[in-house]
Amino acid sequence: MYTLKFDENLCKTCPTCACLVKCQYLNLGIDEAKQEMMKIIEGEDSFVLQDCVTCYGCEEYCKRGNHPFYLITERREEKGILTSPRAITKQWINIGEPRGKYKLGEVKERVLSFGFMPEFLQLVEGRLFEDVMPSFVFGQEFFCNVVYIHFANTSIIKKRLPMVIDNFRKLGAQEVVCMHDECYGSFAHLAPAYGIEVPFRPIHYFEYLYSRLKALSDEIRPLNIKVAYQRPCSSRLCPDKHHFVKDIMEFIGVDLVDRTYQDENALCCGGIFGMAFGYELKDDVQKRNIDDMVEHGAEYCVFNCPACQNTLAEKVARRGIKPIHIIDLCRMAIGENPVMEVS
Amino acid sequence: MKDIALLLAEIVGERYVSDRPEEIYFYARDPGLMPPHKPNYVVIPKTTQQIQKIVRLANQQRIPVVPMGAGMSLTGLVIPLKGGIVIDMKRMNKIIEVNEKARYVIVEGGTSQGALKAYLEKNYPRLRHSIPDAPAAATIAANIMIHGQGRLTQQYGFNSDMVAGLEVVLPSGQICKIGSCSLVPGWFSKGAPLPDLSGLFLGWFGATGIITKVALKLYPKKKMRDVEIFITDREDLVPDIVYELTHTEMAEDINIFAQPLPMIFKDNHHITIFITGDTDDELEFKRKMIWGALDGFIKSKDGGFMSIPPALKSTLLEMPQRSVSRFADVKKGGGFEYSGPILLVERYPDCSRKLVELASKYDLAYSAMARIIGRGHCMMFGFSFTFNRADPDMMARVREALQEVSEYVLEIGGVFWKPTIDEQRLAIERMDPTTLNLMKMIKRNLDPNGIMNPGNWEVT
Ligand SMILES: Cc1cc2nc3c(=O)[nH]c(=O)nc-3n(C[C@H](O)[C@H](O)[C@H](O)COP(=O)(O)OP(=O)(O)OC[C@H]3O[C@@H](n4cnc5c(N)ncnc54)[C@H](O)[C@@H]3O)c2cc1C
Ligand code: SF4
Ligand code: SF4
Repeated sequence: MYTLKFDENLCKTCPTCACLVKCQYLNLGIDEAKQEMMKIIEGEDSFVLQDCVTCYGCEEYCKRGNHPFYLITERREEKGILTSPRAITKQWINIGEPRGKYKLGEVKERVLSFGFMPEFLQLVEGRLFEDVMPSFVFGQEFFCNVVYIHFANTSIIKKRLPMVIDNFRKLGAQEVVCMHDECYGSFAHLAPAYGIEVPFRPIHYFEYLYSRLKALSDEIRPLNIKVAYQRPCSSRLCPDKHHFVKDIMEFIGVDLVDRTYQDENALCCGGIFGMAFGYELKDDVQKRNIDDMVEHGAEYCVFNCPACQNTLAEKVARRGIKPIHIIDLCRMAIGENPVMEVS
Repeated sequence: MKDIALLLAEIVGERYVSDRPEEIYFYARDPGLMPPHKPNYVVIPKTTQQIQKIVRLANQQRIPVVPMGAGMSLTGLVIPLKGGIVIDMKRMNKIIEVNEKARYVIVEGGTSQGALKAYLEKNYPRLRHSIPDAPAAATIAANIMIHGQGRLTQQYGFNSDMVAGLEVVLPSGQICKIGSCSLVPGWFSKGAPLPDLSGLFLGWFGATGIITKVALKLYPKKKMRDVEIFITDREDLVPDIVYELTHTEMAEDINIFAQPLPMIFKDNHHITIFITGDTDDELEFKRKMIWGALDGFIKSKDGGFMSIPPALKSTLLEMPQRSVSRFADVKKGGGFEYSGPILLVERYPDCSRKLVELASKYDLAYSAMARIIGRGHCMMFGFSFTFNRADPDMMARVREALQEVSEYVLEIGGVFWKPTIDEQRLAIERMDPTTLNLMKMIKRNLDPNGIMNPGNWEVT
């Protein structure tokens, strides 16, 4: 069985304990943070194991290459600490079970992975994707399963992720363009952390989009709009790709408003929070987040993750902000129509 | 018998009488599991007076008369068990009057749910009725006749509790008004403050008279509607969850479903809570109250609100909800039947376990569908099985499973809803003798010749 590579010595000598100190949901000073981190490492009880809301943030805050959130998840699982209600956890695990109902396009060495998000089947229309489509895969067989870290369940990931990777291998994929952060994060971040071998090159779709926009630069008409970006939790698993948001916005003439809850301070969409912890946390986070977008004059809310978009689209629209997926925004910049409804 | 057809044609016109085999074949059956039985004639009248004449003729000739709406009650209630005349009510489909301020509508006895819904949406967008999830062709009179339940049942009780007046053709052929309309022009109450005579007809499956007009209460239609689904893996907790939910008085409708497929539904019970509001704030207030009421279950990890994929949400918000009809075709061949007893909500866990046990024993595809009636006063629990009509073995297994359900329901204190003929017999056997005697007196007096939907509520 795969085990997490976690270097506790890095923590012992860590000057900042940024993982927990920067956490937006637990209020910890550096001393307390260090103490709790050591308890977690030693397998002792820590309130962090009870109270962490699974925002994934600490995976980004740790700049020393450790995996604090994966460790929290491992410890929770060992101790049988549930994050979400059992029914929700079961539901998500059931949904991800391979059932032989996957869809394959004309798969080539370079392939788009939609994981198990049907929205991408629509979103990849048009010129932005014409040099790779119809090479795509979709379905549980290609679903990275990393979402189960929200549910304190790494055993299911350790069981299913190697099979998913093997499915890509069997198709002869050399480069997998991941349409979701979690998918990219699983191959580029989680798999190495667990010593799972990945026999292809994962590419984040931001990188792909950026290069396509460059190729189509003659056709770009600056959009001249102000947008807020909704950063998803899974983006914390690949913080090195986050800069592409700014790069892309600049390239298509979009003003990314300089708001409070962005970059490292980004707030979760609240979808998982509602399911796992109830109304209050979800409502508080969503309210602060959307107020912040409104206060900074955003005209559009740009989504990266379709699940965030499902959770927040109506809510931002009600506050006068148009929800849009980043791919649709890029599509608008090259004169194409968005494929998902912009209310 | 040939001259009967001629006499019927004189009443309704030649086009609207038939004894042709292809039509007789069709009217001999319903989409459920009951064996067919042919009528001798089918008539499709247009007016109350025509019905009056048909019933008089039937009485003279001692011919059975079976009123029929859309024939979708599934339990054989429109199958002419003793032949005779099927009166198809569909042409009596006028919406006669809407009293907007008093919120009621008067419709003819064959008006469909879909027609009323469309009419209100077009002409009275601030009014609605308690629409059931039956296909839109199902009729309003038949639905109240079988004590149906609809979208407003959690708030206002059985759809028959929403009746505000009736016009009935009695087995003698007389036309009888029931409720305030028997005394004054307004159709605002089916009984109170007078003696409530509607019980002489509602629930009798046409065995005491034919409804030619129904006044139905209408209710405020809010501009917005949304749905939340609370899921739990423990059936034992469902009654407590429903208790907390109904205490809020915030929900429009509360349904519960559990089924093994698709995978998103496996292992859990889904308490589907509909809310309505005229503004975002109203809707959000209700949502907050509802989430708050169940917060304890979330904190103890016993249940949570699931994220609803957009496609599922739009399916759930449909009225009627077509997913029920889709389930009917899971096994292809379009067979679907459920036994939907009315029981205490505390029996949900027993029913749920029994359904799974029966599905496994008889190797059947199943779905549990419950609807809360009133503020948790009781529920309809649907033991639903789907089958392929071209597979007699599968049909036999469904029949056996449903027979077991009937026995079980009585054992655990339930009452059959729209009972099959066998269930009616079982109910008659077990009923308090004085109550049964009262039913006998009613039936004998109203229908001394036993011509009205014979076989049903055959208490005499
Ligand atoms: C997919 C599906 C979903 C359903 N969902 C629901 C639901 O959510 N709620 C619900 O309540 N039901 C539901 N039903 C059951 C049923 O279809 C409805 O209750 C429907 O309203 C019955 O109407 P009908 O016109 O088809 O009745 P029919 O089957 O035609 O008649 C029912 C009974 O009423 C008698 N009758 C008919 N018209 C008259 C009349 N004018 N006067 C006197 N007696 C008359 C008939 O003789 C018969 O005994 C569902 C059925 C299906 C197939
Ligand atoms: S996980 Fe990283 S940030 Fe946290 S204590 Fe260890 S080394 Fe420091
Ligand atoms: S995952 Fe988020 S909530 Fe949990 S400890 Fe890390 S930063 Fe805090």
